[in-house]
Amino acid sequence: MSAPSPKENEQTVVFALSPQSAAPNVVPAAVADLDLWDVYRAMLRVRRFEELAGQHYAAGKVGGFLHLAIGEEAVCVGASLVLAPHDHLLTHYRGHGWALMRGLDSGRCMAELFGKATGVSGGRGGSMHFADAQRRMWGGYAIVGGHLTLATGLAWAAHVQEPGTIVCAVFGEGASNIGEFHEAANLAATWSLPILFLCENNGFGMGTRSERAAAVPDVARRAAAYGMPAWQVDGMDVADVVAGMREACAFVRSGEGPAILEAHTYRFRGHSMADPELYRDKQEVEAMKSRDPLLRVVAALREIDGARVDEITAEVEAEMQAAVAFAEESPFPAVSSLEDGIVARPDGLSRRSAR
Amino acid sequence: MAAVAAPAAARTTTVRDAIRDTLRSEMQRDSRVVLLGEDIGAYGGSYAVTRGLVDEFGPDRVRDTPIAESAIVGAAVGAAMGGLRPVAELMTTNFALVAIDQIVNHAAKLRHMFGDQFGAPVVIRMVNGWGQLAATHSQSFDAWFAHVPGLHVVAPSSPADAAGLLRNAMRGEDPVIFIEHSRQYSQKGAAPADADHLVPFGSARIVRPGRDVTLVAYSYCVPMAEAAAERLASSHGIDAEVLDLRSLRPLDRDALVASVRRTHRVVCVEESWRSFGVGAEVSATLQELAFDELDAPVARVAAREVPMPYSKPLEAACLPAIDDIVGAALGQIS
Repeated sequence: MSAPSPKENEQTVVFALSPQSAAPNVVPAAVADLDLWDVYRAMLRVRRFEELAGQHYAAGKVGGFLHLAIGEEAVCVGASLVLAPHDHLLTHYRGHGWALMRGLDSGRCMAELFGKATGVSGGRGGSMHFADAQRRMWGGYAIVGGHLTLATGLAWAAHVQEPGTIVCAVFGEGASNIGEFHEAANLAATWSLPILFLCENNGFGMGTRSERAAAVPDVARRAAAYGMPAWQVDGMDVADVVAGMREACAFVRSGEGPAILEAHTYRFRGHSMADPELYRDKQEVEAMKSRDPLLRVVAALREIDGARVDEITAEVEAEMQAAVAFAEESPFPAVSSLEDGIVARPDGLSRRSAR
Repeated sequence: MAAVAAPAAARTTTVRDAIRDTLRSEMQRDSRVVLLGEDIGAYGGSYAVTRGLVDEFGPDRVRDTPIAESAIVGAAVGAAMGGLRPVAELMTTNFALVAIDQIVNHAAKLRHMFGDQFGAPVVIRMVNGWGQLAATHSQSFDAWFAHVPGLHVVAPSSPADAAGLLRNAMRGEDPVIFIEHSRQYSQKGAAPADADHLVPFGSARIVRPGRDVTLVAYSYCVPMAEAAAERLASSHGIDAEVLDLRSLRPLDRDALVASVRRTHRVVCVEESWRSFGVGAEVSATLQELAFDELDAPVARVAAREVPMPYSKPLEAACLPAIDDIVGAALGQIS
């Protein structure tokens, strides 16, 4: 993890990525309190959810676009361990793992993919639009960068109503090239809003390598343009993510303004299920798989207690199979409900005042 | 239902003051109400609508923004999700185009797309108008917004309706596109003193009852239609009804049908381009719901289909005029 750059410094300095550790199970001292058993369970839940989603897409049970985060689990898991339950969260459209980590029920998430009435968004949203307002998970957003200005508004509301609450806005590095990112970053910094802009940099905007789309591919370096501090972490290493998140969130929570945390990660699967992956070598993917965040943790844990690993694995498998069964068994939304929830009332009166 | 609205306890004011007074009274009533927009604070608003409010409520509740409309609308929507009641001002409707993604893809869709868990109670005020401002600064996109499920789209023509529609918008639970017109701000009229005066959406207003032809209008075209009705009466002995739609989404279809049952002839007036516009929707609605009541095809008076030119005579030739409305009404009856 790189050190933060204090805001008082004229120049925001972003340090290079930490060296990749040869040994997969090295936990930095800063996160010695990290419970790797919890981490294993969390990452496996995300991995298995994604794998099953992919299988059921192939089987025709899941439709539309399906973007899997296999390989990127350390980011949503590590970051979510640091966020507080009262913090606000918005994500891009590769957000199943974020939703699971936020506490959304795996069965209701799977049901959303199946388009069922019991889905987290009532079958209206699908893969790209998981939300749970009770848990302040304000949704996955499918317009690249579109949610970043929404985050400024949520942060404004938090700043006014509950100081100490922060907004975590998750986006891909591809979104840093769209105007919305820059409008949001400028507004957030100008108004000193409590937002952590968390970039999951997986190296590709769909099939275009970052270097071919961005003059400055390191998103963290762009923070300097808005006077924000930035952290870069190894997004394949959950401990590095946790350590970086702790520092970045502490800064944002202090009320001094927004920050960027950039996690370099890699997706092992295509951009979506329709991706033939012509733009990268299989060898590159295989090489990155040697840094699989899940396998790194499980390798370490097997040396400690292999039976417990198996136990957790079985528990997660049972949960995810139950999630699929729940999705399968749930009813589709009634067509008679089609026009529900478009507006609260056609005459614009509030539901309360009209009662 | 349409109603002849004439509030009892009233005072004379302007559209500008009615909007400002409503913003003020709602800000006093509800501490969650915040304003944001370009130059709405220290500058006082480019059309002086918000003048003085920053002194009264402070810069935290009356927030000047960067010139970044997508951020303005996005921040307003996000703030609404987070529990505030934002009213965003877009300096002109033209600039809504750079925020159209936030309006259409987020403000309008959040409630439905996330299974009715939350909405975006945000008011987006914007100003139509013209005045030798040329092609990019003389537009209105009322029909674009009215096309989108999830939005309310309203456009007052009087101080009373400006107050009542805006208050309804600010107390509601969904996004409202509130369309003002640069030429109507100084227009005077009676406005109710009632601090709870509401005009529910989807209720058109009969501005002038009549028997021979209905002139359907909204926003700045309403006073034009009234002037045309007066000329039709004085010069041609024709008794025209003027119906102010007030709300484009939802559209008061019942009021349209009721009026055509009385008059059997309809002219729809709008300042936007004619094709695929409000007049087209009104016309289609009436042929669907009241085909047998129509004694003539619905006539449309609208802007000529060119990007607005700068030169004054060319600009005037683009815009609907009172003569055009009178001519269209006469064409219905002859």
